[in-house]
Formats: sequence, structure tokens, C-alpha cells
Amino acid sequence: MPTSRPTTSFKFRGGSFHALVVKPETPINAWLADVDTLLSRSPGFFAGKSVVIDVSDLSLTKETFLGLLDELSKREIRILGVEGANPSCVDGRVPFLARGQTDKSEMSAAPAMPSSASASVSSLLIDAPVRSGQLIVHPEGDVTIVGSVASGAEIIAGGSIHVYGTLRGRVLAGADGNDRARIFCRRLEAELMAIDGHYIVADQIEPHLRKAPIQAWLEGDALEIITMD
Amino acid sequence: MAHVLVVTSGKGGVGKTTSAAALGAALARGGERVVVIDFDVGLRNLDLVMGAERRVVYDLIHVIQGTAKLSQALIRDKRIDTLFLLAASQTRDKDSLTDDGVERVIRELRPSFDWVICDSPAGIERGASLAMRHADFALVVANPEVSSVRDSDRIIGLLDSTTEKAKNGEPMEKYLLLTRYDPVRAGRGEMLCVDDVLDILCIPLLGIIPESKEVLNASNTGTPVTLSNPTSAPARAYNDAARRLKGELVPLVVPSDKNTLLNKLFGRRAA
Repeated sequence: MPTSRPTTSFKFRGGSFHALVVKPETPINAWLADVDTLLSRSPGFFAGKSVVIDVSDLSLTKETFLGLLDELSKREIRILGVEGANPSCVDGRVPFLARGQTDKSEMSAAPAMPSSASASVSSLLIDAPVRSGQLIVHPEGDVTIVGSVASGAEIIAGGSIHVYGTLRGRVLAGADGNDRARIFCRRLEAELMAIDGHYIVADQIEPHLRKAPIQAWLEGDALEIITMD
Repeated sequence: MAHVLVVTSGKGGVGKTTSAAALGAALARGGERVVVIDFDVGLRNLDLVMGAERRVVYDLIHVIQGTAKLSQALIRDKRIDTLFLLAASQTRDKDSLTDDGVERVIRELRPSFDWVICDSPAGIERGASLAMRHADFALVVANPEVSSVRDSDRIIGLLDSTTEKAKNGEPMEKYLLLTRYDPVRAGRGEMLCVDDVLDILCIPLLGIIPESKEVLNASNTGTPVTLSNPTSAPARAYNDAARRLKGELVPLVVPSDKNTLLNKLFGRRAA
């Protein structure tokens, strides 16, 4: 009798990936009409993208939710998972995603690990100029730079970004979905500024704001900038 | 014990090799023992600028690979007997440079010289990275234009993160040498002015070398400008920079367009 040998080896690993998170709004039909408008303008918007739908702000019945899934798949939007839905609604159709909750329960299960969840939400202070080519990523909390941020440098912060110098590089505040994050600088010459994914590039910055001390925040979907003279 | 100085810039063609040769010659003329090392393996030029191209037998790569002794590879300058050159290889590439090899060469040079000047290649790859790694301090060469200044800023970031000093948590001293400065064009706003450059780079200024055809003439004749025409404006600027390197207090004057010939001509016409 020939002995059976495994011909394939099974391997798995943990990984985190970028996905487009879409937040539907009620009434769902009006929101779907907006999606259609978007798709008529750029038909390839969702093409090849992994999409997560976030319904945590909505209380949907099972029927509405399943109907939403059908409507989205009609538009060839491929749903990777759903966030914030009542598990009973999902009905096994799409994977149910729980942001960060798994990690937290694992952390509390391990007593050796200090519960530093609150301590990690801290600000990062950089007491030197940020040079071209340097990338500073601080996913939780504010970043304060005492010095200038050079052209070609990039700061990514979960919270607000404060630059006590000339801002010439790229800054992305509220990168973790925080729409209340702000950007402050002593002198604005930035290549790009973004808050919670809404960005403007240097060409879109009004001339009277250039080289001025400013603060920027998010007003709806638009970046508002005012001088702080 | 030598001071190990890297002359670096990021961008090519801003005057690293010219400045390394001119400063080396200026220091050596003042009696200091100086060796200038060409790290631009594969595209060597320092031998030409120093007029030693016909006397290169062994080079830096031979020493690193152990096929020649350091004493065999050091080329003494014909004009100043305290000035030496360690040439780069033209037939190899920068992969022939090893971290251990470079570290050993610099360690062996330290006791017998006052200054070891490492002439870095352009770019941020292996050659540039090894030229700066074992330096005690850095001279960042920049032209008054935006691309050069941005590349210099990138290099300053690397000096603060990838050098041995930075890894040991010590501050890496950096000085700016602004080359090819044309006061007339800066006055007209066609070039960045000195304050603009200092505002972006935030490092102390060692010297400003005015744009001059003397510099090109000197390179073409294989004589550092501080030797070929010591009274010319760029030579005086390099000599002052060399004295500042030695710790002397030499007042730094930003060249202005007040007294240039061109301005006088225009001034007269306007009057």
C-alpha cells in the first residue's frame, strides 16, 4: 500500500492590508444614487479595489442590509467585509470585521504586556528640522516639530500636526480617520496637506496664504485654511 | 590625530571635488599634513583636478583588497610636500568599497595626518554612504539653487542617521559651503540668496565661493585654485574657509553686487 504523503504544505501568516472603507448613509436609495453619479463620472472607481463597508453609524434591518449588499454587487463593487453590522444581519454572506477588538482581547489575555493602550495615544515631539527624504509616521496622537519640514519630507500623524517653522514638505494629519485633526505651521510652503484623507496640493493653496502662519482643519469634505496673524 | 572631513552634497556637479582639492591644498600650504581620498570609484576625477593623473599606480580599492599597502598608494603632491592623494579606481565600481576596508584605511591614516578629506561621489548610494560613515564632521557643498539645496537637505538627514557618529548617539557637526555664488544673479532674484539657503538647511556657513572662471581654469590645468591663482576671489574664499576649519575666526562677508564691473557699467548708463 503506498503511503500517502502531503503534497502541499499549508502555510499561513497574519497580515494587515489597505482597503477602501465605504460608509453608506441613510436613506440608502439616495446614497446609492450618489454612488451611481460617482460611477458615471469615473466608472473604474471601485475596479480591482477591496472594499469594506462600514455601517456602524446606521441601524439597518437585515432586509435593508442584504438589499444593500445586492445593490453593491450589481454595481460590481466587491465587498471584502463589513464593519459595525449586527452579526445576525450579516447572515454569513460577507466576513464580519471587528476593528482592533481582537488585538485588545489578546493584549488583556497576556498579563506580561502592560496595558499601554492609553499611554500610546501620546504626542511625538521632534526637536530638529525634518530633512528631505525623512518620513515620520505617528499613527496615534499629535506630532510637534520644533523646526522646519523640508521639501521632500513627509509627516503622517493620527492626530494634529504642529510645525514651529516653515512647512515645505507633505503633512497628513488625522491619518487614522480623525476628521477633527488640524494642521498648524508658522509659515506655509507645503507641497501637500491632508486631513483624514482630504488633501490639497501646493497649486490649490491660495496665494495670500502662502508663506503665512496658518491653521487648517476639515469643514465637511473641504480643507479650510486661515492665517493666524 | 587627524580630523576626518567628508565633502558631500547629494547632487552632482556642485563642486565637491573642486572644493576638496582647493581646501586640501589651502590647509597643506599652511603646513598641515593633508590627505584627500577620492571615493568616486568608477568615475574618478580628483586625480585630474589635483594634477596627479599620470602618477596613479595603486588606488583606494587596491588598499582595501590588500593588493597594495597604504604607503604605496598615497601620491605626494609635486607642489606641496604635505599634501597627499589617495585615488579611486576607474575600472571597478562602488561595490568594491567595503565598510571594513574603508574603516581600516581611515584608521590607518588618522595617526599620520592632520586632515583626512573624503571626497564623496554624488548620490546617496554606497559610495556616498561609505565616504560619510567614518567622518568626524561634514562639509555640505551646495549651489544657490533649489534642487541642489533640497539634495543637500537629504544628505544632512543621512549624516544625522547613517554615520558611525550618529549611530553612537553623538552629534555630527556639519558646515555649509555655498559654491558658484553669483551676487549679480542673486541680487536679481535668479538664484537663491544666502539667507534663503541657510533658512532651509539650518547649518552653520563655512564659506561662500563666488562663481568664477578661475575655478574652471584651475580644474582644467590640474591645479587647485588656491595654488593656481591664490589672489583670485574664489581662492581667497577657499583660504578663508580653510582657516575657519582650523578654528580661526575669519569674518564672513556675503559677496554683494555693489562693486562688480557689470553693475558699474549699468550704473553709469542709468545715470
